[in-house]
Amino acid sequence: MTEGSTARIYGLHIAVVAVLVALNFVLPEYHHAVLARVLVLAVFAMGYNLLFGYAGLLSLGHAMFFAAGLYGAGLPLYHLGWGIAAAFASGMAAGFVVSAVVGLLALRTTGVAFMIVTMMFAQVFYLVTLYFGEWTRGDEGLVLPQQARRIVFGGTALDLTDPTTRYLLAVSLFAAALFATLAVVRSRHGRVLVAIRENEERTRMLGYDTFANKLAAVVTSGVICAAAGAAYALLFGYVGATFASVQYSILPLLWVLLGGAATTLGPLIGTLFMYYAVDIASGYTSAYMLVVGVMLILLVLFFRRGVLGTVRERWARWLP
Amino acid sequence: MTDRNRFFDLGKKGVTRRSALKGIAAGAGLMAAPGFVRYSQAQSSAPIKIGFQAHRTGIGAAYGRWYEKTTNAAVKLINDAGGINGRPVEIIVEDDGTDPKRGAEVVGKFASQHKTDIVYGTLFSHVVVGSAPTAGELKIPYYVVSEGYHVASGKLNRWVFQPGITDVRAQVTSVAPWIAANLGKKVTMIYPDYAFGYDHRDYFTPAIKAKGGEVVAQIPIPPTESSFTKYLPQIPSDTEVLYHVMVGPGVLTFVKELGEFYGSSKPQLFGFIDSLEAVDINSPGLEFLDGSHFWEGSPRYAQENDSEAQKAYRAAVGIDDNGASTSDSKDVSTAAHMFGCWETLYVIKKAMEDSGYKGPGDRAKLVEATEALKEFKEGPEHPQGDKIFNGKIHQVFGHQNISKVEGGKLKVVHRTSIEDGMYEPEADYTTQPL
Repeated sequence: MTEGSTARIYGLHIAVVAVLVALNFVLPEYHHAVLARVLVLAVFAMGYNLLFGYAGLLSLGHAMFFAAGLYGAGLPLYHLGWGIAAAFASGMAAGFVVSAVVGLLALRTTGVAFMIVTMMFAQVFYLVTLYFGEWTRGDEGLVLPQQARRIVFGGTALDLTDPTTRYLLAVSLFAAALFATLAVVRSRHGRVLVAIRENEERTRMLGYDTFANKLAAVVTSGVICAAAGAAYALLFGYVGATFASVQYSILPLLWVLLGGAATTLGPLIGTLFMYYAVDIASGYTSAYMLVVGVMLILLVLFFRRGVLGTVRERWARWLP
Repeated sequence: MTDRNRFFDLGKKGVTRRSALKGIAAGAGLMAAPGFVRYSQAQSSAPIKIGFQAHRTGIGAAYGRWYEKTTNAAVKLINDAGGINGRPVEIIVEDDGTDPKRGAEVVGKFASQHKTDIVYGTLFSHVVVGSAPTAGELKIPYYVVSEGYHVASGKLNRWVFQPGITDVRAQVTSVAPWIAANLGKKVTMIYPDYAFGYDHRDYFTPAIKAKGGEVVAQIPIPPTESSFTKYLPQIPSDTEVLYHVMVGPGVLTFVKELGEFYGSSKPQLFGFIDSLEAVDINSPGLEFLDGSHFWEGSPRYAQENDSEAQKAYRAAVGIDDNGASTSDSKDVSTAAHMFGCWETLYVIKKAMEDSGYKGPGDRAKLVEATEALKEFKEGPEHPQGDKIFNGKIHQVFGHQNISKVEGGKLKVVHRTSIEDGMYEPEADYTTQPL
């Protein structure tokens, strides 16, 4: 890869983050709040994209990683009174453990079997959140108290329920996940993942440990998704089993397909597009999911590689 | 050209075509800017906007549809009678898909895009709990019609109220004495294995014990279950009363399998109508329920002793004597719960009038005025019956109906007193800052 394209890639990514920061000052109240939420969910999609887009592993169980972060952060804060930083770290740690265990077991399978095994693990995770209803309040969920959602440094407190603080934290998380993804996909490991996606047998024949690389991808993906889940709990104050249900395993897949699989910025575009598609369509009809479905079909027909995937294919081959 | 120039040459002050066009554009822009127009009218006749968080799709859709009908009927009456504080009421509906994430987004949309005065109307507990933090952060009053114990538990925040329907803790506490006295003392509970079921388990068990009864078995059913045959043998043989509360489409299978399991010799059955809301009690497979008892918030079937207010309410909402739509007898309503929408709207009206509510700047005053409410008299505004409101826990208390399935109808055989459902409050929202 040339130096020119490296500069262009970093320039683009820095510009995107800069625009997001700038939007903090100009967006109307409603869209400001929406974008904060979308950014956190886009991190979830980015985690998913790493495994699905780059390593070619289609998981139908990523809700469990998001929920591992959500509960990993929310439960200690709610029941044990942990601070925000400790809760966030514990959410990521929960994501690490869950993804490592699931990865070790599920990666013994490939293709359709991998989809089914991940889906079953996620279903088990969902039922576990209900089973421990004593602590999780199951489907109904828990509200994290507003006064607990603040970070205290010495004499000053950072209130996570303040719209600007929340937005800027969401942008920070998004930027961290974006550059982490960029670093992974441009690394040697990232290229091995793409090689595995294209032809696993050949990659193995070339001497790469495909299992180790795939496991690393599952864990990285799981931790990023868990970070999104933990941030969701802490920023928006709700922890519930809905986020562990199968619907939240399908959503990141849709977001990534829409935005463009194996593109670093595609997940943001897909998540944003899907949010507004639902938001606007539901203003006109209660059959808004039908509208969204038709749009997805059209997209698959005419933009087979998603929005950014198509852009890359036709106009900007340098996009990572 | 000259003519056209002259056309814009107003008062010879050098108004050029360009500046005039700018002026027109700016004027149009101001008129189109929603905030501006609304604000300028806010003190006079601009409507009071109520954001209705409706379950139009998702698992709550059957309830949501009837919640919407009831809401529209009540708002029409309120508007016909002069609105609230002389202003008409406008309902703005957003579908939350019966999903807590979307629910929170919808509350945000009401507060900052539609700029509604309040948010109202949510039923499903997880949507209420998921939306409550957003309502609290945006400081917008949030009136739910959910019957969950979440509001009264003190786990939500000062901006959330449940003034039009009783909570599940009060419901199960008030029916327990009647069950012990009339159906039997050894009770087996079958309930969904999640929060709603736990509220039944946790509050019914001590309530029946206090009346000399006991829960001999508790059988939680996972929500993913579609067949119940493997759970039925867990029911102890000395069970006198089978207490069942099921939610969702599984209920028809549940009743059918229960019938096959027991045949003709069955224990007494006591159920919560929640599972059979919007379902015809005469549906094939439900024959087994004949002679059994149900809790109902408000009776589905018209009763002989219905008050004039109850009759007027039923006519206004458009339900016939069987609790089905007057325009389609197969469209069965969610009568046991939807009255809560009607009554909540009248509570909102009362609180807005008490506080002299003028606009979003008075939201905190509205919260305090709602907390100051003490009781609601039975009548056109409260057709289900009189009620007592506890401003500290933001929860209303009222009468419950116990109905028996007889000849394909539900007949009210007992009406509990308000005191039967009262419990010691566990929280005080009024200590939280506004």
